[in-house]
Amino acid sequence: MFSNLMAWIEQRLPLMDAMNKHAAQYPAPKNFNFWYVFGILASVVLVNQLLTGVWLTMNYEPSGDGAFASVEYIMRDVDYGWLLRYMHSTGASAFFVVVYMHMFRGMMYGSYQKPRELLWLFGMLIFLVLMAEAFMGYLLPWGNMSYWGAQVIISIFGAIPVIGDDLTLWIRGDYVISGATLNRFFALHVIALPLVLVVLVFLHILALHEVGSNNPDGTNIKKPKGSVPPEEQSKFTFHEQYTKKYDIVDAIPFHPYYTVKDLVAVVIFLIVFCAVMFFAPEGGGYFIEAPNFEPANGLKTPEHIAPVWYFGPFYTILRIIPDKLLGAVGMFGAIIALFMLPWCDRGVVKSLRYRCTAHTVNLIQFAICFIILGILGTLPATPLNNMIGTIATFGYFGFFVAIWIYSKNEKTKPVPERVTG
Amino acid sequence: MKKFIIAVLTALPMLAIAAGPSMDLDKANNDLSDKESLKRGFEAYINNCLACHELKYQRYNRTFADLGISDADGLANYMYTGEKVGDHITNTMPAKEAAKWFGSTPPDLTLEARFRSPDYIYTYLRSFYVDESRPFGVNNKVFPDVGMPHVLQNLQGVRTMDEHGNLSEATGGSMTAEEYDEFARDITNFLEYTGEPNKLERQSMGYWVIGFLFILLFFSYLLKKEYWRDVH
Amino acid sequence: MSNEPVNNGRRRFLTAATSVVGGVGVVGVAVPFIGSWNPSARAKAAGAPVEVNVSKLEPGQLIRAEWRGKPVYVVRRTEEILSSLSKHDGQLKDPESEVPQQPVYATNAYRSIKPEFLVALGVCTHLGCAPTHHKGDFDQHVDGVKDGFFCPCHGSKFDMAGRVFQSVPAPTNLMVPEHSFPNDNTLLIGVAGGEA
Repeated sequence: MFSNLMAWIEQRLPLMDAMNKHAAQYPAPKNFNFWYVFGILASVVLVNQLLTGVWLTMNYEPSGDGAFASVEYIMRDVDYGWLLRYMHSTGASAFFVVVYMHMFRGMMYGSYQKPRELLWLFGMLIFLVLMAEAFMGYLLPWGNMSYWGAQVIISIFGAIPVIGDDLTLWIRGDYVISGATLNRFFALHVIALPLVLVVLVFLHILALHEVGSNNPDGTNIKKPKGSVPPEEQSKFTFHEQYTKKYDIVDAIPFHPYYTVKDLVAVVIFLIVFCAVMFFAPEGGGYFIEAPNFEPANGLKTPEHIAPVWYFGPFYTILRIIPDKLLGAVGMFGAIIALFMLPWCDRGVVKSLRYRCTAHTVNLIQFAICFIILGILGTLPATPLNNMIGTIATFGYFGFFVAIWIYSKNEKTKPVPERVTG
Repeated sequence: MKKFIIAVLTALPMLAIAAGPSMDLDKANNDLSDKESLKRGFEAYINNCLACHELKYQRYNRTFADLGISDADGLANYMYTGEKVGDHITNTMPAKEAAKWFGSTPPDLTLEARFRSPDYIYTYLRSFYVDESRPFGVNNKVFPDVGMPHVLQNLQGVRTMDEHGNLSEATGGSMTAEEYDEFARDITNFLEYTGEPNKLERQSMGYWVIGFLFILLFFSYLLKKEYWRDVH
Repeated sequence: MSNEPVNNGRRRFLTAATSVVGGVGVVGVAVPFIGSWNPSARAKAAGAPVEVNVSKLEPGQLIRAEWRGKPVYVVRRTEEILSSLSKHDGQLKDPESEVPQQPVYATNAYRSIKPEFLVALGVCTHLGCAPTHHKGDFDQHVDGVKDGFFCPCHGSKFDMAGRVFQSVPAPTNLMVPEHSFPNDNTLLIGVAGGEA
């Protein structure tokens, strides 16, 4: 009876086949390391944000008069409201932690290189939408930092020649940030952008499964059909989608092997997440900033306006360039550079394990510069900070220039035929 | 890769030092689990602060329940404003008039401990000094040019500031210095409570959740080990 | 490729154990999401017990109080009404108030704590309209009964104890909410005696 029903459905919509294709018979390289858990973690955080977000909407009031009080209403009057709110606010920061790690993984192991350029581009689009989502969500508590943070970021668009001032006015829908701005940000934050985000995540995963996962060796696990001797053939069954053109080696089915491994990673992540959420939900003032416990006040700027930590790197680049337009160009350029990475890197070897020493040095200096820029973004703009920030900005963009130069005729180590470890 | 992580981790604190100095605040050392202190702070707040500073996000009955006061007792002894125990802790001061009297409307203090920190409140309450140039004849060391009079002067006494910025007692108040510190600590404690009434509940829930996650980690780790015996 | 045979028993046990613990976790996560749908402190404060001063209520008079957004009828019944209540038991659906439409302490002939005060929700048990109070002219609806409530929507009829008459659409007697009298002059709707 039940199997008949399943067969009936399967003929019309091959769900089981899709499950096999994307989980039980998806060939994942067996040598994934620590850095490969962040994609799953990002999905976990996404689900957390969607669920808690929907629930917060049930009691939040998107209006200039009611927003701040409604957040306190959620924190005090609604049963478990405080928990849902902290899950969402901690989740926002956690999202960027895992996404930044996920992106850096891609950079270390060349996961953006041919044939995964489109996969990288979808990922970058997700990152862009995520930043917009986070920025708009940050206005919603209507605290004073929400207000002035939005004020500063929207003003960046004022740097665009000719249309700048009209554009900022149009974005705000008022002469200052007001209830009108809050309402449109609310609509985008809770409906439009989450939809876009979910579609992009779907495409990201489809694109991944089309070309297959990279691995820490950068070795291709798809060998030409018939090139692998029978005794070295995999003992696992993979979906014919993957095996009809290639012999797959060094791979294991995603389910159950990576589902159980990722479960461990998810639980460890949740332990860290809960430790922050239950014992330091303000994240030392970086996840929920102290000035945001004062209602939005258009006449009183907080003493030190800093963006939330995850915008720090891009904000610092904006700030250290002593020209409004060039600053904005620099900031957007920093993001565009990441989009262009698959074409900046002209190398053919993917993993840093087998690339030249210069590449490893370049990656490390990039990571350090990125972190420095991030920290500076939350600090006041003193001359010393600006000087450090300028150096770090050169380091950031220098990464892309350097990789373009040394990847042309790069001295690489031989990439093993089969994955190691 | 380990080298890389170590390099990043060592770079972090160096930058944190660049964060610059923070204001010197006295440690409040208040204890949220001390209900007697919270009750004293609640009472002190109602008698000395509430006339100007509302706690408009906090309800009386919630406060009663959390501090171990019965509704009947609360209604009789703690409620001068509001009619029902479910009301918010508000006052009847007209905001516009208040702005005229003090230069600005006295802020709501429900979230003050989260906005400023408990140590700030504690220090603030202990840092008033005589300054004849100010409208109310007092100033505050951590809040220069404060618009508020020193409403606790009868209790603390009059204090003056020397040229090095040190405060000393000129005339004593009805409390000794130790009593006044305790009094300020109780108010601070109470305001930290109103800032986040769920704080203790949150932390105790945290231990349970994390404890549970370790149990889940134990089983899922064994499960992973078991399945990965297949992988060579 | 495996050197040792797979221990299926251990595998099944660990899968089951992890699933059970994980299931407990999922239930735990559901708690805040489900719990947050309960009435909030604001709703509870708005639905708090309502005080009614009954000292000025004339005999035979009805006043309406509002409790949790619903009308509550408070009637000071005269001796005449009280003595007439037992005379039409045969025409009622539930003369003994067997259906729990009232708190235990009001399950009596008068459906009240003090016989003279009827406290009932002015919400017809049929489809929720507000019945009209007929004073002295109820016999147009029920022969021989001078006072009662008539629901204008579908013609349900109730006597002065809120008991429903036969052959009308309303299935049960009018609801008597929890109430108490902290003192002779005050009626507290929404909370039973002894608690306040």
